[in-house]
Amino acid sequence: MLKRVRPTYWLLLFTLSTSNAAELRVAVASNFAPAMSNLISDYQRYSSDKLTLITGSTGKHYAQIVQGAPFDIWFAADRERPALLEQQQLSIPGSRFTYAFGRLVLYSADREVLDAGALTESSYRHLAIANPRHAPYGRAAREVLTTLNLWSAVQSKLVLGENVAQTFQFIDSGGAELGLVAFSHTKLLSQNTRGWLVPPHLHQPIEQQAVLIKDSSAARRFLAYVRSRDAMELIRSFGYDVELQ
Amino acid sequence: MGMEQDLIALWVTLKLALVTTVLLLLLGTPLAWWLANSRWRFKYWLEAMVALPLVLPPTVLGFYLLLLFSPNNFVGQLWLDATGRPLAFSFTGLVIGSAIYSFPFVVQPIQDAFKAIGKRPLEVAATLGASPRDRFFSVALPLARPGIVTGAVLGFAHTLGEFGVVLMVGGNIPGQTRVASIAIYDHVESLNYGQAHTLAAILLGFSLLLLLFIYRNRARVRLLPH
Repeated sequence: MLKRVRPTYWLLLFTLSTSNAAELRVAVASNFAPAMSNLISDYQRYSSDKLTLITGSTGKHYAQIVQGAPFDIWFAADRERPALLEQQQLSIPGSRFTYAFGRLVLYSADREVLDAGALTESSYRHLAIANPRHAPYGRAAREVLTTLNLWSAVQSKLVLGENVAQTFQFIDSGGAELGLVAFSHTKLLSQNTRGWLVPPHLHQPIEQQAVLIKDSSAARRFLAYVRSRDAMELIRSFGYDVELQ
Repeated sequence: MGMEQDLIALWVTLKLALVTTVLLLLLGTPLAWWLANSRWRFKYWLEAMVALPLVLPPTVLGFYLLLLFSPNNFVGQLWLDATGRPLAFSFTGLVIGSAIYSFPFVVQPIQDAFKAIGKRPLEVAATLGASPRDRFFSVALPLARPGIVTGAVLGFAHTLGEFGVVLMVGGNIPGQTRVASIAIYDHVESLNYGQAHTLAAILLGFSLLLLLFIYRNRARVRLLPH
């Protein structure tokens, strides 16, 4: 693991290195893309490095990295696939760390206030979740429904999004009346919590990990920034839980 | 997800391609006939509209169809009131989406075929006393048959491989909206590359067989009218 670096220290690193601006390609899980573009613009206050964002699903990014995609850093939506990459020695050893914990929210486009009870109502036709087979937020959604003993009852109402961002579209368009989506998406719409913020004990943590793929001092500088308190606070403001030191 | 689920997905794909192609032939042939013969000044507007799905990225088209199909929208609400079932996340929704997406592939070859007939055979038929209806069914349609077959093949093949539109409006429901391309994508996303390869190979093999069959027979058909 990279050591956590104090803000003052990474500031010093930047001032030493601004002379030669580097270019970095950062692959990011779709759910984290809005937070990441904010992190990057915040980072650009200190650094002249040019960071390019490549958003996509974690399964797709995994397949691309295995086939030699030219990414420097990968921010995945779970911990399994970065771990798998590390196991295959396709990432820099010891660089893997958790940058955020995802939160689920039960969301509806036309109802401001919701609680778990909405799931047992018979009035809704479709419940949208991300595909539990490969989307981490979908797996967590299935765990929540299983914990609440609703999994078999909602089978006929389930519609599956390819990822949690697309699932959000299903609900936001009004196509599905209800859905379990990433808190980070609903938070983009309004700062007030809309819907029911699912208590984290109802599912396994949605642990999102990042890993260094191509080693460079510029990439390490950016990762050090992401682990700084400033960056973690920013990530939290986007609707994730973080581990603050 | 096992092999059985994959076979169901293949079946949904076939059904979707078949229903869409029949629907497109029924809608597209009269429109192609009209486009080939009309002298309306603003006909090119309609032609441009027909070609529009060629330009739109499928996921973009799918996204706007999702908005259109939603009960929050006038069209989606109208459908829900009339049929009692929402259009989004339904097989019917997929058929409508696929029909829009594959429309130019069916209309354009048929329109070209009608144009290629020229005025003469129809005028001859008219002097022999054939009504406009007769001229269309007994002269134009048989002469345009190669173009109609091409249109049907293209429409069918295009729908078999469709992904973006279905991804956006389908919702991945087994037996309803989970088509083969989506199932393959799911396997890849879950890192089940073996299953993805198998299903892709089946889809590819079947499509090739179908195309071989049609092109072989088309070569024969073409000889007849000339």
